[in-house]
Amino acid sequence: MPPEKNWGCSWPEQKPHRGADLDQAQAEATLEKAKPVPLGGRAALRRGLRPLRLPGLALLTALIVGAIFIIVTDEQILAAAGNFFSDPLGFFTLTLGKIAWAYAALIQGAVSNPLDIIAGLFTYITTGDNSTFLRSLRPISESLVRATPFIFAGLAVGLGFRAGLFNIGAEGQLIMGGLFSVYVGYAFTGLPIFIHLPLALAAGFLGGALWGFIPGFLKARVGAHEVINTIMLNWIAILFSRWILAGPLSRDGFVPISPNVLPSAALPQFFPNPIRFHAGFFLALGVAYLVWWFLFKTTAGFELRSVGANPSAARAAGMNIGRNIILAMVLSGGLAGLAGTIDVLGWRYNMGVDFAAGVGFDSIAVALIARSHPIGIIFSGLLFGMLRAGTKQMEAIAHVPVDIVFILQALIIMFVAAPEIIRLLYRIRVERGVEEAVLTRGWQQK
Amino acid sequence: MTIALEARNITKRFPGVLANDNIDLTLEAGEIHALLGENGAGKTTLMNILYGLWQPDSGEIYVKGEKVVFQDPSEAIARGIGMLHQHFMLVPVLTVAENIMLGQESVTAGIFLDRVQVIKRIEALSQNFGLEVDPRAYVKDLPVGVQQRVEILKILYREAGILILDEPTAVLTPQEAEELFKIMRNLAQQGKSIIFITHKLKEVLAVADRITVLRAGRVVGTTTPQETSEAQLASMMVGREVILSVKKKPAQPKEVVLEVKDLHVLSDRLNPVVNGVSFVVRAGEILGLAGVQGNGQTELVEAITGLRPAVRGEIRFLGKEITNAPPRRVLERGTAHIPEDRQEDGLVLPFPVHDNLVLNTYYRNPFAHGLALQEKAIVATAQDLVEHFDVRTPSVFVPVLNLSGGNQQKVIVARELSRPIRLLVAAQPTRGLDVGSIEYIHQRLVEKRDQGCAVLLVSTELDEIISLSDRIAVIFRGKIVATLEASGAAREKLGLLMAGAEAT
Amino acid sequence: MNTALVARRAFSLSRQQLFGLTFLIIAGAMLFLFALSSDPGQNSTFVLTAVASAQKTELPDLVLPTQATIFVLTFIVAFFGGWQLARGFRAVNALLAVIIFIFIFAFLTWADRGRQFNLTGMLIASLVRSTPIALGALSGILCERAGVVNIAIEGMMLAGAFSSVVVGSATDNLYLGIIFGILTGGAMAAIHAVLSIRFRVDQIVSGVVINILAAGLTSYLTERFLSVHQELNDSGALRPISIPFLVDIPVLGPVLFENTLIVYSMLFLLVAVHILLFYTRWGLRTRAVGEHPRAADTLGINVFKMRYINVILGGMVAGLGGAYFTVGSVGRFDELLTGGRGYIGLAAMIFGKWSPFGAFASSLIFGFADSLQQKLAILQAPIPSQFLGMAPYIATIVILAGVVGRAIPPAADGQPYEKQ
Repeated sequence: MPPEKNWGCSWPEQKPHRGADLDQAQAEATLEKAKPVPLGGRAALRRGLRPLRLPGLALLTALIVGAIFIIVTDEQILAAAGNFFSDPLGFFTLTLGKIAWAYAALIQGAVSNPLDIIAGLFTYITTGDNSTFLRSLRPISESLVRATPFIFAGLAVGLGFRAGLFNIGAEGQLIMGGLFSVYVGYAFTGLPIFIHLPLALAAGFLGGALWGFIPGFLKARVGAHEVINTIMLNWIAILFSRWILAGPLSRDGFVPISPNVLPSAALPQFFPNPIRFHAGFFLALGVAYLVWWFLFKTTAGFELRSVGANPSAARAAGMNIGRNIILAMVLSGGLAGLAGTIDVLGWRYNMGVDFAAGVGFDSIAVALIARSHPIGIIFSGLLFGMLRAGTKQMEAIAHVPVDIVFILQALIIMFVAAPEIIRLLYRIRVERGVEEAVLTRGWQQK
Repeated sequence: MTIALEARNITKRFPGVLANDNIDLTLEAGEIHALLGENGAGKTTLMNILYGLWQPDSGEIYVKGEKVVFQDPSEAIARGIGMLHQHFMLVPVLTVAENIMLGQESVTAGIFLDRVQVIKRIEALSQNFGLEVDPRAYVKDLPVGVQQRVEILKILYREAGILILDEPTAVLTPQEAEELFKIMRNLAQQGKSIIFITHKLKEVLAVADRITVLRAGRVVGTTTPQETSEAQLASMMVGREVILSVKKKPAQPKEVVLEVKDLHVLSDRLNPVVNGVSFVVRAGEILGLAGVQGNGQTELVEAITGLRPAVRGEIRFLGKEITNAPPRRVLERGTAHIPEDRQEDGLVLPFPVHDNLVLNTYYRNPFAHGLALQEKAIVATAQDLVEHFDVRTPSVFVPVLNLSGGNQQKVIVARELSRPIRLLVAAQPTRGLDVGSIEYIHQRLVEKRDQGCAVLLVSTELDEIISLSDRIAVIFRGKIVATLEASGAAREKLGLLMAGAEAT
Repeated sequence: MNTALVARRAFSLSRQQLFGLTFLIIAGAMLFLFALSSDPGQNSTFVLTAVASAQKTELPDLVLPTQATIFVLTFIVAFFGGWQLARGFRAVNALLAVIIFIFIFAFLTWADRGRQFNLTGMLIASLVRSTPIALGALSGILCERAGVVNIAIEGMMLAGAFSSVVVGSATDNLYLGIIFGILTGGAMAAIHAVLSIRFRVDQIVSGVVINILAAGLTSYLTERFLSVHQELNDSGALRPISIPFLVDIPVLGPVLFENTLIVYSMLFLLVAVHILLFYTRWGLRTRAVGEHPRAADTLGINVFKMRYINVILGGMVAGLGGAYFTVGSVGRFDELLTGGRGYIGLAAMIFGKWSPFGAFASSLIFGFADSLQQKLAILQAPIPSQFLGMAPYIATIVILAGVVGRAIPPAADGQPYEKQ
């Protein structure tokens, strides 16, 4: 029987909880104890890399399957395969050559061509002209620029997952965010940048948040499933943007493109053309940290995650499920709205009809690969930015259609969601881990 | 006597557990053989192996002297083995006839269901064995006792000679259980062999021909009701002397803490399930709410804790009305809730122990300052609680998922009892736990009472109610049919009341 | 504890009044938007004979006085609204459908004032446009009755649409194309089945994988092959087959008995799936597996096998639905041409409470909204086409919000089955 503490039925007026009077040193000591014991250098490294193993292998496998797919859909290779028995060597060199060529183009488009960098540096050192050097860095800059909306939209979907919601509506929210911010960006004139830029960002957040609020509210109030509603709202947003860009927001009342935002609403860029890298990337890093802090270090985030992991228990513990669902959808929508905003204010400066181009859908994969962890999303967002920039180059140089990126994505999601496949393929142990973020629960409402 | 079924050296291992360790079991034709053991002793594992749901790691099974290997239940069914599962294996939205024929459908033209034929056969079986049921009714509309009859008919429909009954009395009133025992004896007389699984000693002595006791996956011994006693069976089951009653001082009830007046509550399907319930619980007493599962207890508890709206009536807490107050306000007033379904309503399984220990206090000082969680305070408190409430866990950072049922329940008890409370609502607090944990939780409940807490204990285990309560209220079909002083309440009388007999 | 249910209950307390008010608002809208903005002298002409039909009988046109007709309709809706507010109707969902129907008819009468409008043509278009939606819904029913959520209908359709047009063009045989469309849908479903049954992947995630994969594959292959070999993307379209004599029934004849093979197949499948589900051994087992797989398992039914069969069959039905978009209508494939019809099929399934006929009825509503949008463009109604295009999507949201509370999915829908 434990010794009697003040856990009785008496009702203390102040400080109802123990723990406050525990001394700080003891608390710190316990925290210290809980941390994993530092192992030798290599073991520690292995332990640190473990969470990367599954996504890493998933990516590798997707690239391999993608390569096979490229091979079997290449007419030249297929023709060579017909002559396989007369000329096996030719078949192999052609195949390997094509794949190497395609993936080299991918890497060149995603990072850079090292030769270009060296040449650029050489020019810079010898002549003081830095333009070649900068141009050689353009692929990296492009990857970062493209990664930025992925990080925001990935955070949006990931935050939804943490709250037990499957927000497939990032695409629509992103469009609404873009529309709101572009309007504020061009229509509000005469404001200084330190007011206009935050205002435009806030408007973008608001636009997405509004589009997230609708399915959140419907789910909280009448239990309508967010998956269908967000998909429907995507279509509505697309049609809405087509109408508004061709009409009220059109730059000349005819072409479906909005006017450009004013310089006072644009995010600062750091380098001259053609380097489009802008401050939005740092904003993305900051917001990712903020989302991490919110989810894991605040009471509101604790509630959100509890509601996501077990709504029944969360309710019994006094949490308001409906409010948390709405909050999660509003935040998620707002983050997706920022994903659109960041492109508008960072480098597009206007909106056209094919604005979103699937970023919202791809962010599902971004979040899944990172297992909805905000910091992980930075890295998976970067990966997707590089894939996007790289596949474009792949199409230009190796004539592989950019749509290959969707196939890669589907494969990556598949392998991450079914770790058992990876385990079977590589005969390794991939621990399923305790997944805190339950994804969805069919149509049943909890 | 011929041997109907024999299991030899059955061993089954699960990750981390040796569920069955070299088990031998012999079932003679026409006998009722009780299989007795605690929760987790390996009874259900053994039965699932005999029924072909699982395959043993080693060991052999013989049916009527012939060696068999079951890959899945259909092979066991083909050998004449039928099983009555602890949780009914009935599809609620299908009719009785559809449930019974499922898997062995009579068809016309190769594919179309022949309902007429099936209903005829069911009616014949009903008459033969005295199991009355309407084959056209939907299962979801039937009371639990009748659903059990459907389950038995399902087995008989498959012409099984061997029936495995897994804890069949858990959902029945003592009277309904008596009725079931009659059916069992009748079946045995007609040559059916029955394995009867239970952890209730009285039932074993009442109905079994032979008794095999399991403990921690091994056979402790086989005996007959004539050779043994309740106390002896109990110590065989647990491995030590068990104190069957809880030691407690007489209660000293004080002011009324919880008052429920004419409460009406609806079920999930919007049926009225609590129909005008009134009672009070005073500080310093345990009020036991006895009743068979499904008589409105669950909904009543949910209404008191604010989880389910009351359509009529009043709930007062220390004189203040809290009817339909949000759950948080009910908690903050000083109500602790040990929920019936601990994994569903009590814990966030993937969260670590320390988060579960602050699941309803995370937002208060010292666990949070404003919006920011105070991790150090949370962890320190968790370490403390884990120690004092004897939660066996490697650390407070482990997900509760990895804890045993007993320790999961202790996490809830620690969380709820470490808050300053005036009322403790404990719903089925010991269901499915091992004897050690049951004893521990019983002691904490009594201790809480002695500290001046009002305790509402809801349980379907009559023994638990009798040994813990100071007063006992019996609920039947959503109404309190009687409230008695615990000292004057006889088992038989309570049993009758739970079955709906009028109080006299 | 079912919180959504509690929330819904709180909502349903005012549900009766809510519906009554909604009806009155609709009546008000009809009065102000339509009745008062048309002139007393105008007539609305509805043509009842289908154009380019094998029908031999001819019907006279239906000419209605615009304003008077709308007044009468408004009065009826107002009456229902008042009654609902005061007393309440039992079958309020059915009533809602009737009132929406009346509203639409009033709208048509208004838009048609002083003009001519082919009503039969619109009914034909409704049925035709509801065909892929109904096939999608049937696909969903087959999967979900067995306990596997299928949001991959869209992807299965897309894949079916692609392969049917390619095979149809290459072989010059549309029927072969359809068969390949069906098989492709089945193949996509097989991936979904393996992921969600064998690997127990969250079924909605698995569905998303299929959708992205199908979009990627078809777009990639279109880019790679069809843009070069245009001849592979030109199959021609199925011709309607008119059934002699039946086609001569006024209005109904051209609507029901002069259709393409795919529409007939949809009608056939509708009846067949209903009979299979509710009157056969296979159906009983399917429903048992979707409601309580463990119970089925204990009776020796192979849960995994039943689910595999159902999901793959469902995929084949979706593949047929996909074939509608290419060989069934335009004869060529364009990237993402299914345009969300698979998801709308899913909504139709839910609205129809997982029953074939219910799903068909709701598909008809969506098909109607779809064709309405097209016809209104012809009538030059003063509404931007994008807003008309939103109609089916908004309808889905509204219907889900109003109805899903009452629709109970199969109990085990969405839960991977494990043999413990």
